Amino acid sequence: MIQTENLSKNFGDFLAVDGVNLEVKSGELLALLGPNGAGKTTTMRMLTSVLYPSAGWARVAGFDVVTQAQQVRSSVGILTEQHGLYGRMSAVEYLDFFGQIYRMHADVRCKRTNELLEQYGLAGDAKRKIGEYSKGMRQKLALARALYHNPPVLLMDEPTSAMDPESARLVRNAIHGLRSDNRAIIICTHNLAEAEELAGKIAIIHLGKIIIAGEVQELKNRLLGAPQFEVRLGVNATDLSDSLPDEVTLISQGQGWFQFRTNKPVETNPQVIQALVSKNIPVIGLAEIPRSLEKVYLQAVSTAQGNHNRIDLENTMTTGGESQHAG
Amino acid sequence: MLDNIRPALIITRRELRDQLRDWRIILPIMLLTLLFPFLANFTTQRVLGFVEKYGANIIAERFIPFLLMIVGFFPITISLVIALESFAGESERGSIEPLLSSPMTDTQLYLGKLLASLLFPLTAAYLGMIVYLIGIYRSTDWKAEPMFLILVFSLTAVQALVMVSGAVVISTQTTSVRAANLLASFIIIPVAILIQAESAMMLWADYQILWWAVLGLMILASLLIRMGISHFNREELLGREIDTLNLRWLWEVFRAEFVGQAQSVGEWYGREIPRTIRRMAIPIFWMTLLLITGTYMGAALANSINIIPGSLPIDNLRIIDTQVLDQFRQLGFFSTSGVLTAWWHNLRAVMIAVLLGSFTLGVAGALILMLPMIIIGFFAGLVSLTGFSTITVLTATLMPHGIFEIPALILAGACILQVGASLVTPYRKETIGESLMSSLADWAKITLALVAPLFLGAAILEVFISPLLMVRLLGI
Repeated sequence: MIQTENLSKNFGDFLAVDGVNLEVKSGELLALLGPNGAGKTTTMRMLTSVLYPSAGWARVAGFDVVTQAQQVRSSVGILTEQHGLYGRMSAVEYLDFFGQIYRMHADVRCKRTNELLEQYGLAGDAKRKIGEYSKGMRQKLALARALYHNPPVLLMDEPTSAMDPESARLVRNAIHGLRSDNRAIIICTHNLAEAEELAGKIAIIHLGKIIIAGEVQELKNRLLGAPQFEVRLGVNATDLSDSLPDEVTLISQGQGWFQFRTNKPVETNPQVIQALVSKNIPVIGLAEIPRSLEKVYLQAVSTAQGNHNRIDLENTMTTGGESQHAG
Repeated sequence: MLDNIRPALIITRRELRDQLRDWRIILPIMLLTLLFPFLANFTTQRVLGFVEKYGANIIAERFIPFLLMIVGFFPITISLVIALESFAGESERGSIEPLLSSPMTDTQLYLGKLLASLLFPLTAAYLGMIVYLIGIYRSTDWKAEPMFLILVFSLTAVQALVMVSGAVVISTQTTSVRAANLLASFIIIPVAILIQAESAMMLWADYQILWWAVLGLMILASLLIRMGISHFNREELLGREIDTLNLRWLWEVFRAEFVGQAQSVGEWYGREIPRTIRRMAIPIFWMTLLLITGTYMGAALANSINIIPGSLPIDNLRIIDTQVLDQFRQLGFFSTSGVLTAWWHNLRAVMIAVLLGSFTLGVAGALILMLPMIIIGFFAGLVSLTGFSTITVLTATLMPHGIFEIPALILAGACILQVGASLVTPYRKETIGESLMSSLADWAKITLALVAPLFLGAAILEVFISPLLMVRLLGI
């Protein structure tokens, strides 16, 4: 649905985006992460045919962003960082205005407006001036605008930036609801927890280059090592190294607990429990030690800043990682 | 066609609705539309009463149409503010990005906004003028000629169009309303000067010149609209993050264009200059045409003013003898300093022309360079009235230095036209700054490589050879 190859953009001497390769299929949601000025917004604008690439190419919903710009714009819904609403209009007028721009028939516009306002809980305030809306309401209205023409591609730039936690939650829930088999979504965000919650894939962009990309769990494995688990025991076991399978690496242990690392938790975690039970060591619980996306991000950015070498994991964008869960 | 205009009208409708909800626009327009005409009416009556006491009725007659123009002008000044707000304001607030991400074309968006900026103030201006005319008719029985009404209504419309289209060009070069307001003085000051000139013509009752002003403003508005369409595009609107004047970058652009791909002076002369000349084929053609037109206009003017041949001092040409050469010598001819003076005079004219051309999209610059040809045409026209051989007189006065001077004039004028054309239709989707610097580099290149040497050659011939040839051809 979204495909780019060597996508680059320069403004005069400044190279804002440098050879970005991305692929997002229908039903996927990619989070594009990166510090301020990394090139996220410029990439989004190129994918909307608002800015033209200086080099490389991109296809969105099957259309070329340069030669079929108008078709691209018709196929994309965009939620910009600044919601860009008109304060003196009501929500109904605003959505209807965009419906006209997208050449939708009056009956369809009326139906779609009511449907979206109802969906995002704005029906009760439909006739109020947008200038009187709260930040969360505005963002939801902007989201409704982006979805108004039911686009197969949705691009969202900082969808919850500067919002209070409650409003951000409302918008996040709305984004959750947008994932479908026939829609590809990219969100740009600084909020790593949000990216982890919403996105199946992430790509980190730094100084215009994609420094790492792939499925969240896979990237954690690559950058932070194999998943780590903690086992709580019913007794104080002292030497456990002989009791555990070979694929498991013991990291640390204390009274009534130990932590281990494994590359294949689906296979090894049941074996760990089996081994402990067979030795009459009661197991109270086994859980994965949470590893935040923040660690992945900081690790990737510091690596990039340290040696400016690209960690080329582009292939991971299309292959998909192995499903890994605690046993 | 209608399908292309419809999206523009959607934008216009939305913006008009927005304007009608903004008291900061409504209030001044209402005041200027409904109160100011009454005030103007009251002032007119007082002035009429005062001047009639002294029998200066002509002043009163001129004052009524003058105030009609002013009553129309005040509301349209708001179109400038609306345009800056509509273009720069939307960019600043970020509300333009959803529009740019829609399937609308840049031109549709531009035209929609242009129309929205014009309609309300122009309607208000016309309404105010009608209120004023009704008031004046009721109090003084003064009725305007239909052609005069068409003139003033047209003048008001084209002035508004020039201000709005100029405001768009400014807005595309800024990222904030504040910066756009500061740059708006580039519109306000020329328009203020224009209004003063138009006022003088109104009081002079020279309406013929005002028709020329309408034509001139229409041409200017067309150029500004063309320029606006070229620069109001997604790339320029969103590619600009901050308003900075990067002198180093401007110098780099200038230098790159000036030097081109040449590695040596010889290569520069041998490859870059011909390449630049080839690129300027169209402006060279237009400048040649303009100079020919200028010559023809001058000759036509000489024939149209019904001069009695006997009243011309041209007969003095019959008494030219070798003593004239002494007078030439006293004027600085036949000396190196004379050559430098003539050379500097021509170079200075070209520099003034390029300076004016940069601000007027090349028009004023080209007009300045047309002046000598208009004078030559006029002179030739006069000579033809006296029975002299025009060819002989022109050869005596223009040759041989004209062989160098006229091509130099064509090249210099073509460069100036190129400066204007590059702003109106940027080459390779460049920004205004890039276009201006590139075309100025071309100007500098051609001036240095060809125009200055040609003018020097012309000056040498003019100072040392032309007077001798003149005496030879015309002398007794």
